[in-house]
Amino acid sequence: MDLIASILTITLRAGTSLVYATVGETFTERSGILNLGLEGMMLMAAVSSFATVYYTGSLALALLVGAAVGAALAAVHAFLTTTMRANQVVSGLSITLFGTGFASFLGQRLGPESNSHRLVGLTADRFSPIAVPGLGDIPFLRAFFNQDLLTYGMYLLIPLAWFYLYRTRSGLWLRAVGEDPQTADAMGINVFRTKYLYTMLGGAFVGLGGAHLSLAYTPGWSENITGGRGWIVIALVIFSTWNPARAIWGALLFGGINAVQFRLQAAGTTIPAGILNMLPYVATIVVLVLITWWEALSKRVGAPASLGNAYMREEK
Amino acid sequence: MTESTRENAELLVEMKGIRKSFPGVQASDDVALVLRKGEVLALLGENGAGKSTLMNILAGLYRPDSGEIRIRGKLARIASPRDASALGVGMVHQNFMLVDSMTVAENVVLGIPKLPFVPNAARIRREILELSERYNLKVEPEAFVWQLSVGEQQRVEILKLLYRKAEILILDEPTAVLTPQESKELNAVVKLMQAEGKSAVFITHKMDEVMSFSDRVMVLRKGKVVAEKLTRDTDPRDLARLMVGREILFCIDKRPFEPKGLVLELSGVEALNERGLPALRGVDLRLRSGEILGIAGVAGNGQRELAETITGLRPTTAGAISINCVDSTNASPMSVIRRGVGHVPQDRVAVGVVGDMSVSDNLAMKAYRSAPLASGGVLRPKRFLELAKRMIEAFKIATPSPSTRTKFLSGGNIQKTILAREIEACSSLLIAVYPSRGLDIGATEAVRKELVAQRDAGLGVLLVSEDLEELAQVADTIAVMFEGRIMAVMPACDAEAERLGLLMSGAIPAEV
Ligand SMILES: Nc1ncnc2c1ncn2[C@@H]1O[C@H](COP(=O)(O)OP(=O)(O)O)[C@@H](O)[C@H]1O
Ligand SMILES: [Mg+2]
Repeated sequence: MDLIASILTITLRAGTSLVYATVGETFTERSGILNLGLEGMMLMAAVSSFATVYYTGSLALALLVGAAVGAALAAVHAFLTTTMRANQVVSGLSITLFGTGFASFLGQRLGPESNSHRLVGLTADRFSPIAVPGLGDIPFLRAFFNQDLLTYGMYLLIPLAWFYLYRTRSGLWLRAVGEDPQTADAMGINVFRTKYLYTMLGGAFVGLGGAHLSLAYTPGWSENITGGRGWIVIALVIFSTWNPARAIWGALLFGGINAVQFRLQAAGTTIPAGILNMLPYVATIVVLVLITWWEALSKRVGAPASLGNAYMREEK
Repeated sequence: MTESTRENAELLVEMKGIRKSFPGVQASDDVALVLRKGEVLALLGENGAGKSTLMNILAGLYRPDSGEIRIRGKLARIASPRDASALGVGMVHQNFMLVDSMTVAENVVLGIPKLPFVPNAARIRREILELSERYNLKVEPEAFVWQLSVGEQQRVEILKLLYRKAEILILDEPTAVLTPQESKELNAVVKLMQAEGKSAVFITHKMDEVMSFSDRVMVLRKGKVVAEKLTRDTDPRDLARLMVGREILFCIDKRPFEPKGLVLELSGVEALNERGLPALRGVDLRLRSGEILGIAGVAGNGQRELAETITGLRPTTAGAISINCVDSTNASPMSVIRRGVGHVPQDRVAVGVVGDMSVSDNLAMKAYRSAPLASGGVLRPKRFLELAKRMIEAFKIATPSPSTRTKFLSGGNIQKTILAREIEACSSLLIAVYPSRGLDIGATEAVRKELVAQRDAGLGVLLVSEDLEELAQVADTIAVMFEGRIMAVMPACDAEAERLGLLMSGAIPAEV
């Protein structure tokens, strides 16, 4: 029982950054824009929010910076793909390449002189787990209510994001733009503005996901702190079938297997560490294949129909 | 409102000096248009005359290069569909503007600025049902658009206008894709809206619609207004001449009917549709060379499946098909093509051409494999161009150049492109499914003439149509299809419209 609770605790903690980023990318893709820049955006957000908290001591400001960096990089993507009509895959990959390299560069330059200008190895304020009085002691629920603020935020984010997408006017407009921009345009929806808005909003959530890594999950900065999570998120969006309510399952899957393999490593199994480290990624691929296969059979619940396409009025 | 007051009624829309050009075409060339309150204006013109362009400008989807628009006397700045909608302009577009994966209700309210942030689904449902009751437009608000038939989708389009309380209605060929029965229903709704004082611009190729409820007619040719008349001062023949700029033949010369050898024989053919339900039930047909066999029937009674099974695109579950007396039951599409079969498919844009490829590539799409277009597995672009030029000339395909992307052509010219390619590749059997659907009179005449010419040249032609006039004009033999069965086969000269109608609706039992 204790073991399960502790695995669940780590699972939720590991899944938080994935949920934020998955919800963010879901909103972006719902507007018809595929953003493959997530890995670079998460790294940039992680490094800049850690540097912020290190120098100012303000966690709130650090979160804000993380979200702003995510949104700013997403704005570049929106500009390139919507205004300049560049290929979305190429633009996204460039952002990942740029973000990965530049985050690593910043990690070696933003630090104090005493640490030879490096951020690696420094410590600062962090989001620590806070037990909810009363709920934090109940055996099983303890896992849910012994978490940091961002994880509590995630509990709200999932239902709110779902409600926004499926029950509000703006959500309807957004879905229409991603499905059929021509129709949305003819019905008086501003397609251009919608694409910009949700690409940037999505970027801000991806930034929060990156910030969670350096402010809470593995506090501090280290090279490749994301461990490829930006790519995992792209898969998670697909197997949540672009529905934010299902984002949690993917995150739990990846986070859970991560937690289990940590446990196994800690318990000193004979399985080589390399194999264990691989598990979450392998599981993601396997589940993705299964989901896609099932989707192909049942049809019609797939990607936003115009995902990846540029839209121009007056173009046949 | 009586006719004379309508002629003097308030000017609702005035468009003046409208110009709009697209690469290679002047789609609107100094056009002026007025619409009065309570009036229905029929806008006529061949495919590509610029009707949709002009109306898209009024609806805010296209920006004119120059010109001004006044609505209710005031200069209107229409920069987007939202502006147009705020001025009471609503448009049913030529191709459906519906989000397939959303429900009817979601589509109806899509883009309405005044919608509450959290819309009340129950209330919207009630309002839609009220409207559909009042205008006799049956729809299920919770159904997804992709589940609806074409006719139902068109009803949703009309409901969108009604829900927005649009006062200026633009209907761009709303009946082109509908069955005669569905068209009748839609026309009744338009009359009802007119009676309520709404005004409409109605684009159509169907003369009976023009004559039965328009007040005024405006004819466009190559982006220019060539005529404007009161409907009561004109007649279909006059309008047809104005549209194409020459006399239209309402009958086509054919050689006497002298059929020769059998080119196609079906016996007891059965097949399933997409949903796995029977689409063809024991179909027996025989077609000889030099014969046009017309398949009459309401769309959706197995005609498309019939064409697809013959061309190898759909497996047969029972029965046998032979082409030129060689068994080709479940043959591959490739081997059917090799036997000299041409196919003009029902959905010309989706499966007839590749829109993003040039006209010349599309024309070569069946013949590219062998000499002279290819030698040793390598394509010969020069020969492609020669072939394209020859075919464009022979079939009078109106295209800026052979390298223009096919999607930029008008519907009639896309159809001519397909026809040209299929006839070129065809040596024994030509299958044409609704070949004149959505085409203007001039293009329709060209297509029908071509079918007859191929028959006279000794091909067997299988013509699927729901237009009885078309069948009477060109077919030698008529077979009626209903629910996947052949109800009757008769010489065209013996076919009376009334009996055909009864057979098509299943009202009298099969005769074969
Ligand atoms: N968005 C567009 N891009 C390029 N050419 C266009 C576009 N829309 C229309 N055209 C061209 O303008 C001409 C008029 O087209 P259209 O207004 O659709 O004609 P109609 O509705 O009378 O059949 C045609 O030659 C068509 O190919
Ligand atoms: Mg048109």
